[in-house]
Amino acid sequence: MLSALLILGGIGLVLGGILGWAAIRFRVEDDPLVEKIDAILPQTQCGQCGFPGCKPYAEAIAKGEADINKCPPGGDDGIRRMAELLGVEPKPLGEGLAHKPKSVAVIDENTCIGCTLCIQACPVDAIVGAAKQMHTIIEAQCTGCELCLPPCPVDCISMVVIREEIDSWKWRYPVYMLKQAA
Amino acid sequence: MIGSPHVVSERNSVRLVMAKVMAALVPATLAHAWFFGPGIWVSLLLCLLFGLFFEAFALGMRGYPLKPFLTDGSVLLTGWLLALSLPTLAPWWLYAVGMLFAVLVAKHLYGGLGQNLFNPAMVGYAVLIISFPTHMTQWPAPGDLAIHVPGLAEAFDLVFAGQGSISPDAYTSATPLDSLRTQLLNGKTAAEAMTQPPFGYFGGKGGEMVAVMVLLGGVLMLMNGVITWRIPAAFLGGIALTALVMQLIDPTRQAGPLFHLFSGAAMLGAFFIATDPVSASTTPRGQLIYGGLAGMLTVLIRVFGGYPDGVAFSVLLLNMAVPLIDTYTQPRVFGASAPRRPRV
Amino acid sequence: MGAREQRPGAGGRRLHAFNGGVHPEEHKSVSTSRPIQPLPLLPRYVVPMRQHIGNPAAPLVQVGDKVLKGQMIGLPEGAISVAVHAPTSGTVLAVGHRPVTHPSGLPDICVEIEADGEDRAVAMAPVDWRAMEPGALRAHLRDMGLAGLGGAVFPSHVKLDPGKERKIHTLILNGAECEPWITCDDLTMRHHAAEILAGAAVMRHALGCETVLVGIEDNKPEAQAAMRAAAEHAGYPVEVVAVPTRYPGGGGKQLAYTLTGLATPSGGLTTDVGVQVFNVGTAYALHRAVALGEPMLSRIVTVTGHVARPGNYEVRIGTPIADLLAQAGGELPEATGLIIGGPMMGFDLPETAAPVVKAVNCVIVKDRLLFPPPPAPLPCIRCGACARACPADLQPFEMYWYAKAKDLGKAQAYSLFDCIECGCCGYVCPSHIPLVGYYRFAKSEIWAREQEKAAADAARARHEFRDFRQEREKREKAEKFAAKAKETLAATTATAEPGEDPEAARKKAILAAAMEKARQAKEGVQPKNIDKLTAAQQKEIEEIEARRARAVEEKGTP
Ligand code: SF4
Ligand code: SF4
Ligand code: SF4
Repeated sequence: MLSALLILGGIGLVLGGILGWAAIRFRVEDDPLVEKIDAILPQTQCGQCGFPGCKPYAEAIAKGEADINKCPPGGDDGIRRMAELLGVEPKPLGEGLAHKPKSVAVIDENTCIGCTLCIQACPVDAIVGAAKQMHTIIEAQCTGCELCLPPCPVDCISMVVIREEIDSWKWRYPVYMLKQAA
Repeated sequence: MIGSPHVVSERNSVRLVMAKVMAALVPATLAHAWFFGPGIWVSLLLCLLFGLFFEAFALGMRGYPLKPFLTDGSVLLTGWLLALSLPTLAPWWLYAVGMLFAVLVAKHLYGGLGQNLFNPAMVGYAVLIISFPTHMTQWPAPGDLAIHVPGLAEAFDLVFAGQGSISPDAYTSATPLDSLRTQLLNGKTAAEAMTQPPFGYFGGKGGEMVAVMVLLGGVLMLMNGVITWRIPAAFLGGIALTALVMQLIDPTRQAGPLFHLFSGAAMLGAFFIATDPVSASTTPRGQLIYGGLAGMLTVLIRVFGGYPDGVAFSVLLLNMAVPLIDTYTQPRVFGASAPRRPRV
Repeated sequence: MGAREQRPGAGGRRLHAFNGGVHPEEHKSVSTSRPIQPLPLLPRYVVPMRQHIGNPAAPLVQVGDKVLKGQMIGLPEGAISVAVHAPTSGTVLAVGHRPVTHPSGLPDICVEIEADGEDRAVAMAPVDWRAMEPGALRAHLRDMGLAGLGGAVFPSHVKLDPGKERKIHTLILNGAECEPWITCDDLTMRHHAAEILAGAAVMRHALGCETVLVGIEDNKPEAQAAMRAAAEHAGYPVEVVAVPTRYPGGGGKQLAYTLTGLATPSGGLTTDVGVQVFNVGTAYALHRAVALGEPMLSRIVTVTGHVARPGNYEVRIGTPIADLLAQAGGELPEATGLIIGGPMMGFDLPETAAPVVKAVNCVIVKDRLLFPPPPAPLPCIRCGACARACPADLQPFEMYWYAKAKDLGKAQAYSLFDCIECGCCGYVCPSHIPLVGYYRFAKSEIWAREQEKAAADAARARHEFRDFRQEREKREKAEKFAAKAKETLAATTATAEPGEDPEAARKKAILAAAMEKARQAKEGVQPKNIDKLTAAQQKEIEEIEARRARAVEEKGTP
């Protein structure tokens, strides 16, 4: 009886030791969850989710304080990937949020008075200009967040939908309906 | 937008592939009728009709168009294979239940054509042999052993009205595989057992000739490019090798490779069942592993198991292993230094 | 499939068969009965700036400009780009977006030229390639607009730069022309064999390689004979090799393997195994660019299928395809559309106003008999026919399975990017699944996602930097402010009026300081003219940039 207990206990100890060693030896260095969520978010920094940027939203999701369906620029695809990452069910975009086609802001250079207000608003420093000088937006860096629209005192910024160009054109998903095949 | 290629090979369609496979089954079916009487026509007809019926039902339920899928021939092939694997002259509902499981459960519950994990005909067979073992072991005796061979009309009677006037003993006999098992249990050696009436030249009487015809059909398919050599060769090789090893270990009680190759559903399994593309392995090396293991398991189940034949179970077991086999046997891409390892 | 067997080819060279491949009906004789016919001068040409792989050329002309034939109208931009030239003399009607030959049917930047009918050319002069610096020769070829005419239109001058480490030992001229219907290389070889080999001599010189092989499929005996005859007088050893007719035997990697047995590493180029492959048409054009100094103004195009006068035409770049068809007698009744390229890899042309570009080797007019609409697809039955036909030894049905489920990562894990989109799999599939469509979809989706990811990463970095900068500014301001406040406080407490609350005095001082600071700040704001920068201003800006960079370093993130 005693020897059985000892043997079993011994085996348990040895195996436990091995497991513990393996856990340390083969530990996978993982991105913290926040980073992983942040990597899925589109980095538009638009704040439509109700947080002052993508990172704070990612932090809130990681803490379980925010839902995963609050990011319109990320779209359904983003929600799906987030759901996969967190092991929850995907859901439709939250109420009052709508996905818009990807756009960039353009400043009407004749109207711009050079007030620098939009520069301060832009989360990614995509606007260049100096006080009382006409401002312009670097298209490649604009994320389309629309944060520069409200501060403009002369309403000279407008959003332009990015058109599909030959070099950004994508092959379409081949659609054929099996169910209508005849 | 259809896109390239703008032409497709006219010699290739699902319908054509299925038709070729069925054509290759014709010699075996004729041999079956020749040796075991016209009962096969009744069971074949029933399997085909039940198959079409269940297929149409499932397609209708799932909202798919009937025409392209009913005419693709896949369900007919399933029915044909099941008919050849089941005893003839069994009650009609046996065929109905077999096809029900084959078509509704094994095929459509998994998503229909191309999606099934398991070979539908073998699922039908496995369900029947587990549920109705007595019916499944009443095989008609080959013509020259039977007291009476039922004709076509009698066969219809037997199938639909039950046994009625004729006693089953008049037309059934134990299959060679069964007979061998019983004899061995009675303490006879394999060599002694094989001198008994149900045995023929190298397999079972009649059955061996059907197997030869299956082999012929298989070779025709190989020449026609309908199947490739890997799975049949590995399957038969697996059977032969395992049987040989068994025989070497225990010569008195083991029947040897030739007997195993030409009895039961071994040939049918090698050329028509294990090669079912949907549920078989698809990589060159994987096909060898898949076929070889299925052949080996067949013999092991026959020798150590409680069921008369092992083909169905071994194929089903290997079907389950296909995703794993395929993942680890991906071929080397042109110009790649090592075979690919898709991460699972 | 054991297809790695080696078969001795004609002439004793051991050939190496690649796996897979198909042999569709050839239909080549439709367009080989007539010699190459030049197209008459047309009233209008539309010359796209993007005709090659790499950066599009930058338009050099403006509306109203007079141009001459052979005048450069598009400047090569960046390392991988070539020049674009005016196909005839005339006036620039427009510089803007026009429909181009692209599967999307989207417009792209083009120069539209109205011909003046005189066809006056700029002065063209041969160059002495033997005496030229390799770099100068390549620059010349770039300025002559030379890009591969086999369909990939990769700039030739880039391909002729072997690089420092890499040694090219074999030059292969690709005359295989494995796609059905197309015969432009066949006819080029029949009629211009000597010029092709003269062009190859330049390539051989530029690459510094010894062996020159010409691979021609064995369904083109006339072309083989012409090339063999020309090889006798080429002045350097050339071996013309007949290769078995099997699509896609003319794929660069496949041809290199067939002829040399060297398998290009997956994801690599044939130059990785010391082989460079050029289309015969490119060699011909290169000869003209060197021996005549003539830029790439035209190319040979096969017009075939359901058309009145099928054949090969010498077509100026920029010729609208509708005009080309009209010159070939027009489409016959009941034509059902156009394919640009061959039936295996070509694409449906959405817009016939689009012009012939350097990549267009063939225009096929479809009809219901020759190109019946494909049968309705059925689910994949995993028959493996596609895998047996795949020249890249892939498992197409697995890639299809994952591409269809939009599981792009998995599709990639099954070597999606080793797929050459040859279409063999789709050709043999008994379920008639548009497999290549799924691969193209998956590939372009993966590329787009990678781009999106890069953009998101850049936006994140910029955003984080901005946050950091704002923090720092706040902190600096606060520090300055605190320092100031201390000073003022010291001063005010010293002169504090008796009876006044020291706390109130401190507040007052802070307020005063803030007001002072605001005044200063206001004065500090000077309108700057950023157009005319003096050297000092430039320096200042640079300093600010440097500070920015330092700040980035400090913080550790870019
Ligand atoms: S320019 Fe405007 S829309 Fe674009 S990123 Fe900046 S604030 Fe957002
Ligand atoms: S050829 Fe078609 S049906 Fe066969 S495995 Fe490939 S994709 Fe599937
Ligand atoms: S298109 Fe891609 S997958 Fe299909 S046969 Fe060609 S290389 Fe293989």
